[in-house]
Amino acid sequence: MVLNNIEELLEKYNNAETSLKEEAQLKAYFASDDVAPHLEHYKPLFQYFSLSQQEQYTKDVPLNTKKTKLYQWISVAAVAVLMLGLIVPQVIGPSQEELKQQELAMATYNKTMEALSLVSIGMNEGKQQLNSLALVSDNLNYGIEGASKLSEFSKTTNKIFKNK
Amino acid sequence: MKQADFVSLVMPFKDKVFRLAKRLLVSREEAEDATQEILLKLWKNKQKIGEYKNVEAFSMTMTKNFCLDRLKSKQAQNLKIVHSNYTNNDSSLQKQVEARDSMDWVSKIMEDLPEQQKIIVQLRDIEEYDFAEISKMLDMNETAIRVSLSRARKTIREKLTSTHRYGIK
Repeated sequence: MVLNNIEELLEKYNNAETSLKEEAQLKAYFASDDVAPHLEHYKPLFQYFSLSQQEQYTKDVPLNTKKTKLYQWISVAAVAVLMLGLIVPQVIGPSQEELKQQELAMATYNKTMEALSLVSIGMNEGKQQLNSLALVSDNLNYGIEGASKLSEFSKTTNKIFKNK
Repeated sequence: MKQADFVSLVMPFKDKVFRLAKRLLVSREEAEDATQEILLKLWKNKQKIGEYKNVEAFSMTMTKNFCLDRLKSKQAQNLKIVHSNYTNNDSSLQKQVEARDSMDWVSKIMEDLPEQQKIIVQLRDIEEYDFAEISKMLDMNETAIRVSLSRARKTIREKLTSTHRYGIK
């Protein structure tokens, strides 16, 4: 009786006319141990179907797409900041305080330059005086030479006096 | 839609997507990649997900199209050579080996079926969808599906019978 039923079901099954319920019946029948010997070759088929149902997808799927988007924008932000840093000071120009400071710096610079030029004038004067000193020393040397001639002369006069 | 909502939405059918992908692409790694791709595509379009009437059917259609594209593409040329699902079955009992062996036969027979029939057998016999759902997923009418399924089942039966009786007749 049961076997007849199963054979009928198999026939319907092969014509793709079985409902899901009837297919479940077939699966249950072939999962059991007492399968009629002439239907034995169907067993692996239905066992395979049941086994395949249990196969699972175990891999993880990376769903954190938000993070990667943020990372992409970080570089853009960095470039923007860099450009702003370069452009903004040029566009706005120096502020009032900076101008004052610059003027102050200019004034002090001029003052120091004046003082330095005064010093340099003094230096030049001193140099001229040094020149005249050098002249004096030249003349002195000249005088010393003259004096040595004189001493030579006095030596000879002394010799003459001794001879007398 | 938050990540947790998405996961709970996808959870029930992600294995089905994976199994269909594996049926078509054969190699486990390829199927995993395909599943990941499908899930990421769904995640990217999560704003639109509410508009779909049946997310599961939609994803199965997506999987089918994606896998068929993969098979057509040049990358798939390596697929047949690369595929190697080495399983280490430690329990080497004679019966288990035998059972596994005949299961392997079934999977080999199914590999030889045309793509269309493979998909239909997968959806009907393994995932147990009813014909209305399958016709939505595959965009075919039910009669055509029944004809195709019947052909596939008869081919499987003939090949199984011939391997079962191999050497006897």
